[in-house]
Amino acid sequence: MKIAIDASKCQGHARCYALVPELFEVDDFGTSSVLGDGTVPPDLEERARLAIANCPEFAIAEVTVPAESTER
Amino acid sequence: MAKTAPVEDWASDFDVMDPEYIADPFNIWDSLRNTCPIAHTNRRGSNWLPTRYADVTAIAHDVGHFSSLEVAVIPFDDDEPEDPVLPYGLPPISADPPLHTWSRRMLLPWFSHRRVEGYEAMTRELCKGLIGTFVDDGEADAATQYAQQIPVRVIAHILGVPNDLSDTFTGWVRDVLEFADDPERRISGMEGLITYFVGEVAQRREQPGDDLLSELLRTEIDGEPIEESVVLGAAALVLIAGVDTTWSAIGSSLWHLATNTEDRVRLNSEPDLMATAIEELLRVYSPVTMARLVKQDVEFAGCPMKRGDRVLMNFPSANRDPEVFEDADKVVLDRAVNRHLAFGSGIHRCAGSNLARMELRVALEEWLSRIPEFRLADPAAVTWAGGQVRGPRTLPVVFP
Repeated sequence: MKIAIDASKCQGHARCYALVPELFEVDDFGTSSVLGDGTVPPDLEERARLAIANCPEFAIAEVTVPAESTER
Repeated sequence: MAKTAPVEDWASDFDVMDPEYIADPFNIWDSLRNTCPIAHTNRRGSNWLPTRYADVTAIAHDVGHFSSLEVAVIPFDDDEPEDPVLPYGLPPISADPPLHTWSRRMLLPWFSHRRVEGYEAMTRELCKGLIGTFVDDGEADAATQYAQQIPVRVIAHILGVPNDLSDTFTGWVRDVLEFADDPERRISGMEGLITYFVGEVAQRREQPGDDLLSELLRTEIDGEPIEESVVLGAAALVLIAGVDTTWSAIGSSLWHLATNTEDRVRLNSEPDLMATAIEELLRVYSPVTMARLVKQDVEFAGCPMKRGDRVLMNFPSANRDPEVFEDADKVVLDRAVNRHLAFGSGIHRCAGSNLARMELRVALEEWLSRIPEFRLADPAAVTWAGGQVRGPRTLPVVFP
């Protein structure tokens, strides 16, 4: 699983950071970003889905990796 | 208090200051959502009241049509003079881009989650101290002796103003928000606040400190210091927006726990639920309604909105929309998916949301740790404020 934040939608509610601090960071202005390249370790996938489902701005999404490029 | 006639038809003639709406707006919203999801009134000018989640979020994001230049739920009378000291009102809440954008960036770092962690210890000590003053009495007013006393002192600390003036600050803020229907009271509250900050600003120009007021005076935009009117407006905003709102959320949450034994027992026995419980209490008892000003004629969801009309952003009703929330009117302490709008939506997301969440959590944790069992002393003695900010103003509880 891989996730991404649309920075133009993020308004700094920080729900994602509160739910899964292992996957997100928040700057001093409240804008969230994914740590690393957004790859979610299997044991954090359920909480990553909660972060997606709790964002009031619909700014977080699961990134669909094309079938051909299974290599990272 | 209400200076208008009782409401007969909520769809075409609503009044958010009507005693019925203040006491129990929930049934009114439920009915409107099903029959007339955007209500209208000509009381206090032409105002619209969206009640559905989808409409409230759409309007919040459409800053092209809906301006924040007038955010007060009770509009100022046309014959009230423009405030010469605050030509921009209280930026960023009362501003559109570009003033909104830079004045908001100026404030946000003071309320970042890192800064807010730094305010937690003092908030906890404050709560412990307040509880200590009444815990042995077996009874207390959870609104006036507790909820009301917390946010104002944390904000005073951040602004760098003495917290022994807390009651004075609280009085001004209530005049501005809760008693806005009384123009004299609103004007005198605002004058009190601004006169105070004018003095504080003058003092900090002489002796700067490391507080928010001093920092605002040091801030430069494009190499120029910012206008004093923006400093004063932003300082007044921090106080006004940071006091009534959070105090109302703390009070409503304690009211819920006083009246719902099952939830109180569960939160005591499962403290890990606090994180979802806080979000759920914020959803169900969202305190804040903000206004928007229609910038140009627009038809929105079939409603002919005219330039100069106002839209009351009913975030509290959006948060009880059954289209979005299962069992929307029920408090579900472990609700896992909760995309609520208690802090708004879009570019005006409450800048103090991290602080408010911390204060609410610490206030409930400390209360429950000392007073795990409590109930209303007399349900009829509870009073509520509403309109712009909804929450209990007297909340007598007993804990034998």
